[in-house]
Amino acid sequence: MSTAYPKPLPDMSGAMKPFWDAARHRRLAVQQCRGCGAYRFPARDLCSRCLSRDADWVTVSGRGSIFSWAVMHQVYHAGFADQVPYAVVVVELQEGTRLVSNLVDCPVGEIRAGMPVEVVFDDVTPEVTLPKFRPSR
Amino acid sequence: MAAHPLRGAAAIVGLGITPQGKVYGNTPLGFAVDAVRLALEDAGLERTDLDGLLLNPGLSWSDLGMGSFQLQQALGLRDLRLSTTMGVGGATACAMIQHATQAIAAGLCSTVACVFSDAPLKPPAPERERSSSASAYGFVRGWEAAYGYFGVNAMYALVARRHMVRYGTTQDHLGAVAVAQRKWANLNPQAQLRDQPLTLADYHSSRWIVEPFHLFDCCLVSNGGLAVIVTSRDRAPDRRKPPVWIRGMAQGHLGGDPMDTLASGAVLTREPAFAMAGVALRDVGVVELYDCYTFTVLVTLEDYGFCAKGEGGAFVAERVSGPGNGLAVNTGGGQLSSFYMWGMTPVSEAVIQIRGEGGERQVPRHDVALVSGNGGILSTHSTLVLAREP
Repeated sequence: MSTAYPKPLPDMSGAMKPFWDAARHRRLAVQQCRGCGAYRFPARDLCSRCLSRDADWVTVSGRGSIFSWAVMHQVYHAGFADQVPYAVVVVELQEGTRLVSNLVDCPVGEIRAGMPVEVVFDDVTPEVTLPKFRPSR
Repeated sequence: MAAHPLRGAAAIVGLGITPQGKVYGNTPLGFAVDAVRLALEDAGLERTDLDGLLLNPGLSWSDLGMGSFQLQQALGLRDLRLSTTMGVGGATACAMIQHATQAIAAGLCSTVACVFSDAPLKPPAPERERSSSASAYGFVRGWEAAYGYFGVNAMYALVARRHMVRYGTTQDHLGAVAVAQRKWANLNPQAQLRDQPLTLADYHSSRWIVEPFHLFDCCLVSNGGLAVIVTSRDRAPDRRKPPVWIRGMAQGHLGGDPMDTLASGAVLTREPAFAMAGVALRDVGVVELYDCYTFTVLVTLEDYGFCAKGEGGAFVAERVSGPGNGLAVNTGGGQLSSFYMWGMTPVSEAVIQIRGEGGERQVPRHDVALVSGNGGILSTHSTLVLAREP
């Protein structure tokens, strides 16, 4: 038997299901409010700008830039033990909303604010794909 | 202009601090009981003098909704006229004192215990080697875990990074806060890190928790309880200790994304709190700021107007250096170096300083103290202006 994926897996049945379903199909999707058009991440039941409860999941460019980042040195979950230090990044998408994700193909010491990045899709299990980001090529 | 009716309407007359830190064998409720008992003794009051009870339960309390009732029963308090369990994070301590003052000023009750306690630390066991702040409080949930995004340290780190990007704040600036507060803690017998000096070089070589936070950018985790007794203008004099008058108060909760605001609600509270108190920033001799991180101190100093927005880094490097000269900030060592009773740590140190009970760390100019509470990643905020005179 192959080694099981050691990290926590997202709940595929909750409000974020469309995000994970889209990722399986190599698309980055976020919610867009039907009331005011604002994009948002993560999934929420209502828009804090216009209070509309109606939203669509829409595919976005997957392009953006690094807005902020934190480099995780502590092992909070055993699955990350051989990953530290790794970066948790906040990506500001061209569409305006921000996502928390990971940055790949970039040493943590070379991360800079404003660095252009693009989405990549990491198939971590046969069922789960995590959208991540890498420096734009 | 007439003075605000809440100015000097009440005073803190009792302070109770249980042993703090790696103190085992007591429960959150037990620590709360001990803290109230110590505060009553400090005030020269009896349990029967209390007619109000406000509780901020730490995370290790189980029944959050009825915490103040649990505490009432545990203390055997009868016929209370005010009882509420409050939770606005690190802003709760100052907010409890505000609500106690309002209720007292309105004549709804006369003497209120405001209480915090927590017992997140477990005794060390051979099979459990690590007990960091994050693991003690255990945050693993939702989609964030898939990306290894765990804990409040990381949430604050993302905001601190934005401050560094936008304003040029440096690691040295954060370290200056850690070093200054440790110097104060070295003079505080109740500080968990009293016997551990800290240089800027030590700070830089301490392990990373979540960059840009080193170990010494992050507050301690403490078991313990802390209570203050707030009573009315009429009852405050002639207690065992001189009253610490509550002159100004305000809450300010910014909302929004702290990575955008890069500010605490001090920006909303400073004018109303100081106007109510009838004092100016320059009158403040003692500054006790909520310090879950070094970064929080730096931002809060900006937001009270000690320096311009974005200049907090340069300000702490020049003006916040511990005992001696400069601004007296977090004079007991704060939550970074003394003990972490959420917002009650800065409240208690302000009381100690205003009374003149600071011993080796006593600040000479201690007529007026500014106290802040802050929680929810810079999102909830409360301010008190405390003073020797009403």
